[in-house]
Amino acid sequence: MAESIRITTPFTEEMSRKLKAGDSVLITGTIISARDAAHKAMTEALARGEKLPVDWTNQIVYYLGPTPAKPGDPIGSCGPTTSGRMDAYTPTMLDQGIKGMVGKGSRAPEVVESMKKNGATYFAAVGGAAALIAKSVKSYTVLAYPELGPEAVAALEVVDFPAIVVIDCEGNNFYEIGQKPFRHFDMSQI
Amino acid sequence: MRELDVKVITENVAEMCKEAAYYLPEDVYNGLRRGRETEKSEVGKIVLDQIIRNAEIARAEDRPYCQDTGMTIFFVKLGQDLHIVGGNFTEAINAGIAKGYTEGYLRKSVVAEPLFNRVNTKNNTPGVIYTEIVPGDRLEITIAPKGFGSENKSGVKMLVPADGVRGVKKAVMEIILHASMNPCPPMVVGVGIGGTMDRAALLSKKALTRSIDERNPMPEYAKLEEELLELINSTGIGPQLGGTTSALAVNVEWGPTHIAGLPVAVTICCHAMRHSHRIL
Repeated sequence: MAESIRITTPFTEEMSRKLKAGDSVLITGTIISARDAAHKAMTEALARGEKLPVDWTNQIVYYLGPTPAKPGDPIGSCGPTTSGRMDAYTPTMLDQGIKGMVGKGSRAPEVVESMKKNGATYFAAVGGAAALIAKSVKSYTVLAYPELGPEAVAALEVVDFPAIVVIDCEGNNFYEIGQKPFRHFDMSQI
Repeated sequence: MRELDVKVITENVAEMCKEAAYYLPEDVYNGLRRGRETEKSEVGKIVLDQIIRNAEIARAEDRPYCQDTGMTIFFVKLGQDLHIVGGNFTEAINAGIAKGYTEGYLRKSVVAEPLFNRVNTKNNTPGVIYTEIVPGDRLEITIAPKGFGSENKSGVKMLVPADGVRGVKKAVMEIILHASMNPCPPMVVGVGIGGTMDRAALLSKKALTRSIDERNPMPEYAKLEEELLELINSTGIGPQLGGTTSALAVNVEWGPTHIAGLPVAVTICCHAMRHSHRIL
């Protein structure tokens, strides 16, 4: 694997379009956490014609619900959650200007279509590497929905946050590319 | 008759919740290291390095290994000659969960009602408690916190006797292929065969409390475990981004069933296969 590409936020469509599935990146700057309950609340707010509590233009969203911070720490353990649960809300959220998503696992075809249209990139962080990932987070500030606890929308200041481009804005999918050389399984052989 | 105060149960459960969240069991850690040695994908090696380093940081610094510190599952063996005193047994266990998850800075991930009004209980209670009455005067508690990235990919298939071994293998592999990279592999796969639909599911959970280095005592099932592991590791799923280390082990448990049935349940566990065990 080649050297990691350094990314500094804000993350623009121009930056997004340069990345290819399989690229290893280190993200520095601000990323914003949101998961199931926050996505539901935001898409419902949009449906009512309300303004969102956060400007998502050129932002990277991180699908995350951290553990509480121990005293003196900025954040607790903070690995990615399964992105697929956000799929129903994602095309709407990408239309709000999000250009990067960090999570884990596969995405629905509608999400990939919306990524192509909006020039957005989907990154994976290593699922379950939550104590390690916490080392790259310098601060955690709740921006909206504090009542959701670990599901609140929050700004994370990160330095060299490690991730891999899984689906690029042309729709190339590294989950498929990465599995193929090692797939010898054939159900009809059982 | 031996007596055990509920306060002792609460204190022990609180400590066990923290232990399980911070310290990956040695057998799983060693399994990950063996996987790293044999992994053929370059990206897979990088992912396994991060996972192994994560286990070391969590252990050294008393930090949750994963931010999903799970719904807390209990397998309790209650000796029939033990008298629990000083309060309610179930409440004592739940008080231990609340204490452990709060004191240990673990995430509270339980909602009180699943469909209409999903409000977080804010202390990770209630746990899922399975109690078995056994001879003796001891209380044996195993806790297995379960994250839902992998739980959501688990499943049950109701086969018929004619499906046989081949049917069981296909049923397991259908669930694994559907799960693919989503349940945070390398996985540990628990398989329950027999019983009723619910018993098979319970057996598949219990299977995950066994060490990944220990095979089923019955040779036919031990062989099935090894064959299933080989099949899963030939899918290419690998450690999340493709490779050869898709699973560390397959543990099968079986139980008596009906003449017309062959239930098969699969519980997928992520690499965070967390446990704590104590005898009081």
